[in-house]
Amino acid sequence: MISRRSFLKNAIKGVAGLSIPLSIIGIAGPRKLFALNNVTAGVRWAFLINTYKCVGCGLCVKACKTENEIPYDANVTRTWIERYVHLKDGRVFADTPKGGRDGFTTSKIDLGEGRYQDIDEKDIDKAFFVPKLCNQCENPPCVQVCPVGATFQASDGVVLIDRSWCIGCGYCIMACPYGVRFFHPVLQVAEKCNFCYHRINKGLKPACVDACPFGARMIGNIKDPEDPVTKVIMAERVNVLKSEYGTKPQAYYIGMDEEVR
Amino acid sequence: MVHGELWTVKELFVLPNEYIYWSIQIVMYPFMTGLVAGAFVLSSLYHVFGIKQLKNMARFSLVFSFALLPVAMMPLMLHLQQPQRGIEVLMTPHFTSAIAAFGIVFSTYGLIVASELWFVYRKHFVKTALSLRRKADKNPLDQVKHLFFSALTLGAYDVSGAALHQDEKAVKILAGIGIPVACFLHGYAGFIFGSVKANALWMTPLMPVIFIMSAVVSGIALCMLTYIVVMEIKKFNVRRAQSSSSNLPTSEAIKGIELNEIRITARYLLFFLLFAISLELLDLIFRGYTAVKTWDILRSVIYGKDFTDIFILQYGVGNLLPLILFLWPRLTIRRALVGVIFVLFGVFMMRWNVVIGGQSFSLTFAGYMHYHLPIIPRNWETFKEGLAGALMVAATPFILFWLFCKILPVFSQDSEELH
Repeated sequence: MISRRSFLKNAIKGVAGLSIPLSIIGIAGPRKLFALNNVTAGVRWAFLINTYKCVGCGLCVKACKTENEIPYDANVTRTWIERYVHLKDGRVFADTPKGGRDGFTTSKIDLGEGRYQDIDEKDIDKAFFVPKLCNQCENPPCVQVCPVGATFQASDGVVLIDRSWCIGCGYCIMACPYGVRFFHPVLQVAEKCNFCYHRINKGLKPACVDACPFGARMIGNIKDPEDPVTKVIMAERVNVLKSEYGTKPQAYYIGMDEEVR
Repeated sequence: MVHGELWTVKELFVLPNEYIYWSIQIVMYPFMTGLVAGAFVLSSLYHVFGIKQLKNMARFSLVFSFALLPVAMMPLMLHLQQPQRGIEVLMTPHFTSAIAAFGIVFSTYGLIVASELWFVYRKHFVKTALSLRRKADKNPLDQVKHLFFSALTLGAYDVSGAALHQDEKAVKILAGIGIPVACFLHGYAGFIFGSVKANALWMTPLMPVIFIMSAVVSGIALCMLTYIVVMEIKKFNVRRAQSSSSNLPTSEAIKGIELNEIRITARYLLFFLLFAISLELLDLIFRGYTAVKTWDILRSVIYGKDFTDIFILQYGVGNLLPLILFLWPRLTIRRALVGVIFVLFGVFMMRWNVVIGGQSFSLTFAGYMHYHLPIIPRNWETFKEGLAGALMVAATPFILFWLFCKILPVFSQDSEELH
């Protein structure tokens, strides 16, 4: 007859003994060891946008559409520019006609449904442009909700889409708080900005960064303390979009305003 | 053309990639799964809780739930941009996604309903198979039927009292397991919406519970509706055949049974309806009271843009009117019929207001999108994501139910009792 005391004793011993080999398997994984020894090594792409420098010319949108083969006249785009106009009477107007592709050459604000509001320059308190693109979130909700794992996060932080695996359910489009995703008009699968992954892996800059004449857009490796982008993010006051969703976005903005969402 | 552009009209500040991507088929999806779950819960009221008065309704709603089951998947397939890859949800599920659970929950539930049906109708399968076997000169149709019913028996020909008692036990257990699974099937449809943190209207932990309650309401209502229609046809047939045969049940007798069933089922409908309304109102009041950042745009949608859809069509026609109709004393068949049609409409509008309403405002919180349902199918896309596709989905369970009625004696029980 086994006593309660000896049963408990043996049970604890057994559990402890079993857990040792299991924990070794957990620690000794090659990825984990590598990570432990190389805390700062590796690449984590991040974007830096200086809204003070953006003039809303639309060259970035044009370059992006051409580079990434998004039909030029289709009303979707991987990157876009928003215009914000604050009036003296407290009203705020914002628009992004064709994603700002053709630049903002008129003082008329696009209200949708074919209506426009002309703004007198004298009424304006402040006005500015905000370029937008995928935030390559550290905690991407689009990856979480994909039912087949067709969208995934690469080890350098960029969220990618497997076009041959996407079923086109649109759940990722619904889950993105930033509205960066859409269905590719030709391929009919989910589509979004990937920081021009094919270019950054060859040491080139994304098409929009190269196209910007004013240096409003920058890309960098946030794990490299010597990277100019990292230096700005660490040393200056920057902000991200919609941090309340817990997505940890990696597109940093200089000169963000409360109205920008 | 970009997917969604055809039926979306943008107003004020909307992001360039925003469209109403989830359209009418995603309204149909929770509506249809809700009917499945609701019909099953109704049948379980008899099998598990032994509510004897619901016996006729129970058998019928179980079969109906099975007929609705394949239809729950149809809207999803019609909505996919790459339907040929839809199977990957079952083959390579990515389990952090709520949709990935669909395959498992759906097939578990399907198996439970199918096996419960088998236990309920096993005696019938055996009887039919044996009588066809004994038949001397079988024509080709009889031979096919014989093969079919023999297959349905699965080789279990024992219909002794003890064996049938075992069947009843199995039905009870399956119905018992089925209730939580049915609730899960639909609760998780609510979770698909409720867990989208990017959508201010959808994101609430109440969503699955609201979905389950309205599901049970719609399931019961549809079963009542179909039951009434079938009984009316029966009465009509009896009246016509009365002159030729005298041992048929009279139409008054059928009416008596029908009214009794309807009055009892209506009580359960009312109970679940009140529960569903309370939860929906709680959600609305809570949003208004807490008034977080998103409330400004939500208020303008709920009390402004979608006022007619929400307060007049959903709460008024879909909830308040049927409440009055059912609570008024001395419920008649005709009044019940009008009531359940309103209830079904109300639940449909609730799905519509969640799915379409949730996409009717922009992520900028400063713009709106309006949905225009494609009525005339001009191409494949406007067919499947338009009125025609929705009607096709809505009609399919009735066709399947008619087919099942050819195999199963769904309504024979009550006429036996009448003798």
